[in-house]
Amino acid sequence: MIENNPDPMLPEIFEVKRLQRETADTFTLELTRPGGAAEFSFAPGQFNMLYAFGRGEAPISISGAPARSDTLVHTVRNVGNVTRAICKSRPGAKLGVRGPFGAPWPVAEMAGQDVVIVAGGLGLAPLRPAIYHFLEHRADYGNFELIYGARTPADLLYRRELERWRGRFDFRVHATVDTAGADWRGGVGVVTTVIPRARFDPANTIALVCGPQLMMRYTVMELLGRGLTPAQIYVSMERHMKCGLGLCGHCQWGPFFVCKDGPVFRYDTVKDWFERREV
Amino acid sequence: MATPVPVGANLVIEATDFPQLLAAVDRLGYQMVGPTLRDGHLIYGDLTGVADLPAGWTDEQEAGAFRLKRRDDQALFGYGVGQQSWKQFLFPPHHLLWRAARRGDDFQMIPPAEAVPRYAFIGVRSCDLHAMAVQDRVFLQGRHVDPVYQVRREQAFILAVNCGGQGCGTCFCVSMGTGPRATFGFDLALTEVLPEGKHYFLVEVGTDRGAGVLQAVPQRAAGAAEIAAAASVVAATAANLGRQLDTQGVKELLYRSYEHPRWDEVAARCLNCGNCTWVCPTCFCHTIEDVTDLTGMVAERWRRQDVCFTVDYSYLHGGSIRPSPRSRYRQWLTHKLATWFDQFGCSGCVGCGRCITWCPVGIDITEEIRAIRETEASLKETEHGDL
Ligand SMILES: Cc1cc2nc3c(=O)[nH]c(=O)nc-3n(C[C@H](O)[C@H](O)[C@H](O)COP(=O)(O)OP(=O)(O)OC[C@H]3O[C@@H](n4cnc5c(N)ncnc54)[C@H](O)[C@@H]3O)c2cc1C
Ligand code: SF4
Ligand code: FES
Repeated sequence: MIENNPDPMLPEIFEVKRLQRETADTFTLELTRPGGAAEFSFAPGQFNMLYAFGRGEAPISISGAPARSDTLVHTVRNVGNVTRAICKSRPGAKLGVRGPFGAPWPVAEMAGQDVVIVAGGLGLAPLRPAIYHFLEHRADYGNFELIYGARTPADLLYRRELERWRGRFDFRVHATVDTAGADWRGGVGVVTTVIPRARFDPANTIALVCGPQLMMRYTVMELLGRGLTPAQIYVSMERHMKCGLGLCGHCQWGPFFVCKDGPVFRYDTVKDWFERREV
Repeated sequence: MATPVPVGANLVIEATDFPQLLAAVDRLGYQMVGPTLRDGHLIYGDLTGVADLPAGWTDEQEAGAFRLKRRDDQALFGYGVGQQSWKQFLFPPHHLLWRAARRGDDFQMIPPAEAVPRYAFIGVRSCDLHAMAVQDRVFLQGRHVDPVYQVRREQAFILAVNCGGQGCGTCFCVSMGTGPRATFGFDLALTEVLPEGKHYFLVEVGTDRGAGVLQAVPQRAAGAAEIAAAASVVAATAANLGRQLDTQGVKELLYRSYEHPRWDEVAARCLNCGNCTWVCPTCFCHTIEDVTDLTGMVAERWRRQDVCFTVDYSYLHGGSIRPSPRSRYRQWLTHKLATWFDQFGCSGCVGCGRCITWCPVGIDITEEIRAIRETEASLKETEHGDL
């Protein structure tokens, strides 16, 4: 996309094909290029800058399947000015897209190893393309565990898909919520309480973690406690972003630009910064 | 005069012939910008010729203070750098990136069709040549190139001036290895020499383009004595700088010092006004503003220079990543002298001294580094990080 779009600040116009409600405030959008032109290729964990006409732009992870590059899928939570406009767009509406940006999850390098995915809340969105990849190439990977936490059952993304995944024998899905009514069949408690039960060989495992910073901190501690080394853990960071290009400065995190050096980082490379406050 | 002068040649142009040099640049169709006085301020503005230069003026700079003074000669470049830098031309502080027009549910992008100014920068100091090289790394040598910067930079003609011992109260270019003599990145570099009764410029040719300009200007090959006289002007400047900064291990020093109490101490004085970053010739931060006209049918995207001293700058989750003034000052200083090395392979500070001069409370980056360095040993036992 960058190749045929020499000005990296100029969005390309996409059309909203479908819009699906995930939770009270979160929607999944399917976008296509008008006229069904060339494909949009990306790597799991990358994000786009989505532009709503006149409203502004927000970094949003790509949440669709990397193999289905004719549609671009994003899951957006309505929290403010731009995300509200995006969530309100109807099929046929147009959005601007710049991207894909950022460093992806290392799915290819993980071949032959056990996979542990720990997601909190909206953090499942940037991990879903990786999950699709693992499922599509299931034989290339060892044991596969997904630990997903949300505040309540109503806050879980991709409910139907989770159910389908739960039915697979080669993929263990642990969904857990902070609070739930009597009809909830899953676990109750934060994701870290599930990690002790996850099945993986610490000597041969890669863990991918995405969620609120505090959740990631405790998850990393727990994974280290289970015998993973910092180099076996990947985290996805969030910062204020204006350009996605490594030019505007806003996403700086110590020596890193989260938009181009991240958002996915191998934990050992950022460990010292992860623990510092107000960096 | 018809044979082109080779790159690297040293020539002499008499001050009386200097107007012809600017006229020759002007004839090539450049928009000439350079030092000039406006409302009593030393700025970089449009020049029509030599008459617009601040002849016979100099400056005194100290932490938090800038004062223009008369010289007792008619030197054309007898002052240092003012508040502005060339970055305002290469990286315009407020710039329209594009427009978009709406039609029903649809909209269309309208890329800008502006004429890009072709600048000639007159009187660029060595520290600012280094600052441009630093911004080249940011805007041209990363994964994404900034097209706005790129065209302006590639087209610019650069007439550098070696510093002549004036207005260097807050500079520390020698410490940073960035001056006071221009060594690269210019078409022509001048040293203004004013020994008793004489007034001439030693000109070093940096490019064929620079040599071409000289074709139309009376000049002669420089003699050994003239070259030596110019060298001693620059040497005197180097010996007279008002500030020094010990760069030895400064990145590691700052990486070790995230919890140093000096940050609280400086935060108590710092107004968080961001002046230091507005005047900094390497600061590149900007924000994006998306707006619509009153009808809502035309949207515009503007790029505006931004600074890391605002709370909004790092806004996330209804709050700021750096809510405390201490953390914001730390971001600025640590970026300039530490994280910049990891990001761009060079220092983000070129020692021009602008942040010291234009800080309303006179905070001095060299003094802050000295204080952190000197007190580090006594703080060894505290909870410093170890990067
Ligand atoms: C790399 C990256 C990937 C992201 N992926 C996604 C994604 O897949 N889906 C998604 O919905 N969001 C994602 N986000 C977050 C999203 O970019 C922000 O929610 C969005 O920029 C907010 O813009 P706004 O104009 O709608 O809100 P604003 O008007 O700027 O903010 C209004 C309100 O939103 C809240 N808010 C602002 N920023 C955030 C934030 N980052 N997180 C939570 N609340 C916020 C504030 O508390 C404020 O009250 C991602 C962010 C990054 C950096
Ligand atoms: S010091 Fe601040 S304003 Fe300057 S480049 Fe760094 S983050 Fe941006
Ligand atoms: S978002 Fe602009 S530099 Fe990262």
